[in-house]
Amino acid sequence: MDNHLQIEEIKVKKQTNVERIMGFIVPIVFIVLCAVGYYLSELPFIFVLNEVIIRLGRNSFLVISLIIPVIAGMGLNFGIVLGAMAGQMALIFITNYSLEGAGGLLIAILVSTPVAIVFGYLVGRVLNKAKGKEMITSMILGFFSNGLYQLIFLLFAGTIIPFKKEGLLLSTGMGLRNSVDLAGVRYAMDDIIKIRPYPGLTVPVFTLVVIVLLCLTLTFFLKTKLGQEMRTVGQNMHIAQVAGINVDRTRIIAIIISTVLAAWGQIIFLQNIGTLNTYGSHEQVGLFAVASLLIGGASVTKATYRQALMGTFMFHMLFIISPMAGQNLMNDSQIGEFFRVFVAYGVIGLALLLHAWQRRGKK
Amino acid sequence: MEGLKNFVDKVGYPRLIIGAFLFILCVMAAVLAIPVPGLIGDILTRVGMNGILVLALVPAIQAGVGLNFALPIGIVCGLIGALVSIEFKLGGFTGFFTALVVAIPIAAIVGYFYGQMLNRIKGQEMTVGTYVGFSVVSGMCIFWLLAPFRSPELIWAVGGSGLRVTISLESTIDKVLNGFLSFNVAGVQIPTGLLAFFALCCIAVWVFGKTKSGAIMNAAGANEKFATATGINVNQQRILGIVLSTVLAAIGIIVYSQSFGFLQLYNAPLMAAFPAVAAILIGGASIKKVAISHVIIGTFLFQALLVVSLPVINILADGSMSEVIRAIVQNGIILYALTRETGGDLA
Repeated sequence: MDNHLQIEEIKVKKQTNVERIMGFIVPIVFIVLCAVGYYLSELPFIFVLNEVIIRLGRNSFLVISLIIPVIAGMGLNFGIVLGAMAGQMALIFITNYSLEGAGGLLIAILVSTPVAIVFGYLVGRVLNKAKGKEMITSMILGFFSNGLYQLIFLLFAGTIIPFKKEGLLLSTGMGLRNSVDLAGVRYAMDDIIKIRPYPGLTVPVFTLVVIVLLCLTLTFFLKTKLGQEMRTVGQNMHIAQVAGINVDRTRIIAIIISTVLAAWGQIIFLQNIGTLNTYGSHEQVGLFAVASLLIGGASVTKATYRQALMGTFMFHMLFIISPMAGQNLMNDSQIGEFFRVFVAYGVIGLALLLHAWQRRGKK
Repeated sequence: MEGLKNFVDKVGYPRLIIGAFLFILCVMAAVLAIPVPGLIGDILTRVGMNGILVLALVPAIQAGVGLNFALPIGIVCGLIGALVSIEFKLGGFTGFFTALVVAIPIAAIVGYFYGQMLNRIKGQEMTVGTYVGFSVVSGMCIFWLLAPFRSPELIWAVGGSGLRVTISLESTIDKVLNGFLSFNVAGVQIPTGLLAFFALCCIAVWVFGKTKSGAIMNAAGANEKFATATGINVNQQRILGIVLSTVLAAIGIIVYSQSFGFLQLYNAPLMAAFPAVAAILIGGASIKKVAISHVIIGTFLFQALLVVSLPVINILADGSMSEVIRAIVQNGIILYALTRETGGDLA
C-alpha cells in the first residue's frame, strides 16, 4: 500500500513538473512575441493599452467560463458555443421587445440563464456518454448545435416564432437578418461606471469589477463541498465514484455552470461590440476563448483565473499589434492576420499534443 | 419483430435514417417535377469528386488510428502539387499526372512525420489530429502568401505576389478526368474517367488490404497487444496507415479540384475532413472497423442527399437551408459515432 502511494506521489510530481514548465514557457514565449510585435508595430502605447483594456473587459468573462470544466477533468469545453447561443437568443429577445439600457441587459441575463441551464444539461449528458473524448465531442456538438440554431433562426423565425419589431426579419418575412443592431443596450454595462484617466484611455470600471467578482466567487466556489468534489472527479473519476461522489451528476453541474457563464459572457461581449452577427458571432467563441486560456499557461487539466486573465491580455494584445507588425515587417498586413489565426489554432494544437504526450508517459 | 431488429442492427441506424431521409427527398423531388437526369448526373460527378477524400480515411482506420481528422494535411500537399503543375503551364493529363507526381512524395514525407507524432500520443489521435490539421491549414495561409510562384494565373494581378484565394483551372487541368470518355445516356452525363479513377483507387486500397503487408496493417489495427505478441511492429504499421491516408488525401483534392474547376487555397481546406468523416460513418464504418463498401455507400448517400436536397429545399424554403441541413446531418452523424459505447477508447 505504501509503495503504491509512493508511486502515485512520484507520478503527481512528474505531472506537476511538466505543467509547471508549460505554465512558464508558454506565457514567456508570448510575452516575448508581444514585446517584439509591439516594437515592430510602432503603435502608440496609450492606443494599445486602451484597446487591450477594452478587450479584456469584453472577453475575460468568456475565458473564465472555461475553468470549471477543466478542473472537473472534462478538458477544454468547446461547448461554450451553446452558452454563447443562449446569450444571443436572450439579446434577440430583448431587441424584439425594445428593452433598453441596463434594465434591458439585466432582463437579457435573466432570460439567458434558464436557456443556458437547459443547454448545459444537454451538453453534460452527451459528454457523459463520451468520456475520455470530451473535447472533440464538445467541438462537434458546437458545430451540430450551430446547424440547429441556424435552422431555428432562418426557417422558424417569423413563421413559427412571431417577431414584432420591424427590421429584425428579412424582407421575405421569414428568417432573421444577418445582423441585429443592439444600439439599445450598447455599452449598457460598461457605461455604469466608466472613467477616463488620461486622454485616449477609457476604462470600463464596472465591467472589470464584475470580472474580479467572478474570479473571487470562483475561488470561493472551489473551496466548497461541490467544488472539492469537482476537483476529485477531475483527478480520478474511479476514485471519486468509490468515494461516493455521483460522478455523472458532478460533471453535468460543471458543464451547466460553464454554459451559464458563457451565456453571460457573450452578453457582456456583445453589449460592448454593439451589433450581433446573428449567424456568426458565436462561431469563433470557443476557439478564441480556449486559445486565450492556453496562452496564459493553462493546460488541459489545470487552469486558474490568473492564467485566464493573463492569457486574454496577451492574446488580444497580439490581435491588436499583429496586422501592423506584419505591415511594417513584410509590407503586408494580411500576414499578421493569418499569423494570429495560426497562433490561435497552433497553441491549442500544441497544448493538446503536450497533454496527450504527457498522459501517455504517465501510463 | 425480431427480424426487423436484426435488419436494423445489420444496416445500422445512420444508414437507415439517411436512406429514409433521402427517399423522402426523392419522392418530393418527383412530386415537384425536378428534372431527374440532371440530378443523377450531379450525384455521379460528386461521388467521384469526393470519393477519394472519403477513401483516404480507410487506411487510418485499418491501422487503428481512428478517424483521420488531419486530412487537411494531405490536402495541402495535393494543392502544392497542383500549383507546381500550373506554374509550369502543364495542362490536360500531363498536368494532372505531374500534379500527382509532385504531390505524392510530399504527402508521403509529411505523413511519415505526422505518423511519428501520432505514435507518441496514442489514444488522443482524433482530438489532437483535428487541431494539428487546423494549425497546418492556418500556417499554410502564410505560406500561400509568401510562396515563390510566378505564373500570372496563380498570383494576384495587383501587387504581383501572393497566391489567389481561388485559382481557375480552365486553361490547365479543368475536367480532365470528368471529360475523359464521358458520354450521355438518356440525358444523364456520365463522367466516365472520374468514376473509373475513383474505382481504380478503391480497387488499389482493396487489393492492398489483401496483400501480406495490408493484412499485417489490419492486424496491428485490430488488436495492438496481440499484434505485438506475434512480432508485428505496431508503430511502423500505424505510420504506414497514416502515410497512405495522407497520400490518398493529396490525390483526392487534385481529383476534386479538377472536377470543381477551381483550386481553393487559404482557409478552404480547414473543414474538409468533416464531410468526409460523416460520409464514411453514414456508410456504416465505425471508429475501429471499415470496408471499401462503406466508402462507396456512404459517399453515395451523403452526396445524393446534398444534391437532391438543394433544389427541393430551394422550392420549399430558403436556398441557404440546404447548407444548414448539411451541417446538421454531417455533425449529427459524427456526434452519434463519438458517443456510441462501442466507440473504443480512441479520442
